[in-house]
This record gives sequence, structure tokens and C-alpha cells, in this order.
Amino acid sequence: MAEFEPKIVAFACNWCTYAAADLAGTSRVQYPPNVYIVRVMCSGMINPDYVLRAFERGADGVIVAGCKYTDCHYIDGPVKCDAMFAKLKRLVHILGLEDERLRREMISTSEGTVFARVVEEFVDQLKRLGPSPFSALGKEKVAV
Amino acid sequence: MNLEGIIQETKTYYCLECGKCTSVCPVARYDPSFSPRAIIEDALLGFEDELVFNQKLFSCLTCYTCQQRCPCDVDFPIFIRQARAIAQGNGQHGIYAHSGQLQSLARLMTSPDIKQRRLEWLSKEYRISDDSDVLFWVGCAPYFEPIFEDIESRALDITEASLRVLNFLGIEPKLLPDEKCCGHDALWTGEVETFKSLAEHNTKLIKEAGVKKIIFSCPEGYRTFKLDYPKHGFSVDCELQHISEFLAEKIEKGEAKFNWIGKKVTYQDPCRLGRHLGVYDAPRKVLESIPGIELVEMEHSGWDSVCCGTSAFTNCDSYSNMIRTERLSEAASTGAETLITCCPKCQTHFRCAMVDKGEKKRVIPRIEVMDLANLAANALGGGK
Repeated sequence: MAEFEPKIVAFACNWCTYAAADLAGTSRVQYPPNVYIVRVMCSGMINPDYVLRAFERGADGVIVAGCKYTDCHYIDGPVKCDAMFAKLKRLVHILGLEDERLRREMISTSEGTVFARVVEEFVDQLKRLGPSPFSALGKEKVAV
Repeated sequence: MNLEGIIQETKTYYCLECGKCTSVCPVARYDPSFSPRAIIEDALLGFEDELVFNQKLFSCLTCYTCQQRCPCDVDFPIFIRQARAIAQGNGQHGIYAHSGQLQSLARLMTSPDIKQRRLEWLSKEYRISDDSDVLFWVGCAPYFEPIFEDIESRALDITEASLRVLNFLGIEPKLLPDEKCCGHDALWTGEVETFKSLAEHNTKLIKEAGVKKIIFSCPEGYRTFKLDYPKHGFSVDCELQHISEFLAEKIEKGEAKFNWIGKKVTYQDPCRLGRHLGVYDAPRKVLESIPGIELVEMEHSGWDSVCCGTSAFTNCDSYSNMIRTERLSEAASTGAETLITCCPKCQTHFRCAMVDKGEKKRVIPRIEVMDLANLAANALGGGK
């Protein structure tokens, strides 16, 4: 049987983390291809349902990433994101999801290598954890 | 089911187009573009697309006010529910409140592999027993806690108060760590498959538990178990009771003795408990038997009461907020200091309306909102 390849969804803010992922690509830094990046304008606009839907559609882990506190283009996006993330963690904890399947990262524009390292670490971690408890749902058709 | 089938099932063809439904509808009072009569007319003329691709289909509160006034007994809420199932089949859904988390949670719970940690709030002060033949249905309250943290919904307080009431009256209920959402919201937003999957899991779980009686603190769960599970072929074969009915029964037997609480209160009939299931007297009986409690009725009470403004966490808009504000004003105008409800969602919605910062132009009356279970727990001496 082939080795389990986790699916990762990364919500990345346009100004920092998405640019960092871009930099990782242009600098030809190698990292696993398991990550699907969703570009959002600011980490502060990610709401818990984005992450829940990612799990519903078969993600094994989700990265919520954006600017550092002082880099935000919209003043307090990361603060909003932190508040949302704390809520979300409590929610998925009750639902029975392992805490390690969620990651909050702050990756600045110049940190292409950091992005690559985070993905590498996360893939290792998820390989140890195995498929998500919701993976059975991902195969079915889900109403949008 | 197709539109024709729905018309047959809900006897929509009896419609006289008298418009009583629209004139009593709490949504239509504020939202001129919403009209139950026009929706029925669309259906009878066979305009399926106009009906199904209309966002307003999801604005209905399914509160049964229209159905009670209807001279020919058209089951409009069920009509709406079935039409929503068609809409969902066409990829249409309402605007979910709270970004759709609650709907996603219900869908996520249908996964067979999950192991929920839903009873972590349970402290040692509550006596529960696995051998008991009485089951207490916890419902969604643990999930409401993080979601509604900032509007101070405190649905879990109701659950805890209900447990205290049960313990105080000598019942050590059984709790199920693996229970899932009852599927109420999924069913009423048209996600029938999600509902069926949840219902199947829950009925199986209850049969395995071998209990004789289930007590609910949430009227929505109560309604779903009592009416919707049997209708979809899932029966639990036990006695079902709402916590207010349980208390009323104990009062009748003389087993519940309350301490004095000096309070002037008014009572909001939740639509699921009142109009859907016809339980009007039990909560009032509980209120009347607590010494010191003075119950003043609102202008619209009992079968005529007004819904809290949102149902199934769909299409919660400014009209919903207007309904809520009006209801709160009505409660405040009775001179009562506390508005008693029997439903965690009524409590959530009213408290949300009171912390809403978007409504600067209108004055939102402040009144304490409390669940009957909390009041009863305090009166029994088991309160915090």
C-alpha cells in the first residue's frame, strides 16, 4: 500500500505568507507538494467556517497563516485572526479533532525558506497522525 | 420529492389566497418582499424556479404562526421545509448566520470516525449514572460555548441548570458522550441527507443505551425526536419530555418544593415548544409554583407569541433583528425584570440582539433573559 499522503490546505494572506510561498517557488526551495494554498487578502478575514469546510472536503490539516503583528496592511488583521483561531481550536477540540491538525503561522514576505520548513514539518506530523477523522466525508458530494 | 408531491403532502391546493398568513407573519411585517401567500401562489401556478431560486424561501421562521391562522389548514412550514430540500438539491441555500459554522458542524458530525469530547465541561458536582434509565439529551450546547462566547449566549448554563434540577429531584441521568447533533437545523434548511445520517446514528445510540425516558432542555431537539424522527422512519421507543414538563409533573406529585424568589417575570413561548408541540401550560405551571414569582403575560403570549427572529441559523438579517427588538420591547413594557424562555436559541438570539452594536438608531430595551431551567435550579436551592 502506498504511503499516506496528507492533504494540507493553507490559507495564506496576500501580503506576507502568499508572497513567502511565491518566494519559496522562485528561489527553488524544495518542499512537499501536499499543500493547497488559498490566497486571502488578510488573515483577519478568515472565518472558522473556511477551515471547517476544508476539513469537510477532505483536508487532513489546515494552516492559517498571515503577516506578523507589525506587518499587517490592515492594521490589526493578525489580532483578529488570533481571536478567531482560539475560538476555532476550542470548537474542533469538542468535535474530536486532534489539536495538531491546525497550525497558526506568521510568515513574513522574505521568509520563503520558513514557509517550506513549516510545510515539511506539518507533512511529517500529519503522516504520523494518519488521515483525518472527517476523511470519509471528503469523498462524498458536499452541498456548497 | 417534487413540487407537485409537496403540494399534495401539505394540502397547499386548499389555499384560498385570503392572505391571513402574510398578515400575521412576523417576517412579512418588516420585510415587504416576503409573503407566504405569494410563495404558495408561485407553487400553485407551477413556477418552480421562481420558488426555488428565491432567497426569501430561507427567510421563513417556520414558527407556525401562519399555520394556526390558516382557515384551510395548509401546512406552510412543512411546505417551506420540503421546498428548501428542492432548493438544496439545486445548489441553493440561504445566507447562513455565523458564517455557516453551525451547518458545517452538523455535516462534519456525520463522519462515522469522530470521537467527540463533548462532555469536558462536566464537573464532579453533577451526579450522573450509566445504569440510569433516564437519559438527558445535551444537544449542541457545548458547541455554542466557543461560537457564541462574545454574545454571552451561555447555552451550557441551561444544560448545567437542568442537570442540577434533575439531581435535586433525585434523578441521576445518563449522558451520552457520542451523541450527535439531532439534525434539526439540517432538516429545516433542507439538508435531508445530513439529517437522516445524524438521526440514524442517534436512534441507534439510544437503542443501545436502553433507556426508558429522554429529557430535553432544548425544544428543538424535543420536536425533532418527537415528530421528525418517526416521520423519517427512526423511532426511539421511549418517553420524551421537556425539562419544563418534567418539572410540572414533579410539582403535581408534590415532589418539588421551591424556595422564595422575588421576581416579576414574563414568559416567551419558544415556537418549537409552543406552537409546534402545544406545550404552553407546563412552563407556566412551574413559574406559578415558585413562591414570589409574579408572572405577567406579554401582549402576544401562548399560541399567539412572536418568534425570537431566526430559525436554523439561516437568513438572520436586519428584519430578524427588528422582530427581536420588538419582542424585547414588548417584554420590557410589561414591567417584568426578567424574560423567561425555555429554549437555548431564544436565549442566544435575545442576548445577541442586546449586545448588537450595529443598531445605533434604535433603542434596544435591556431586560434580563433567563432560561426556565436556571430559574428552577435557583429556586430549588441548587443554583450557583
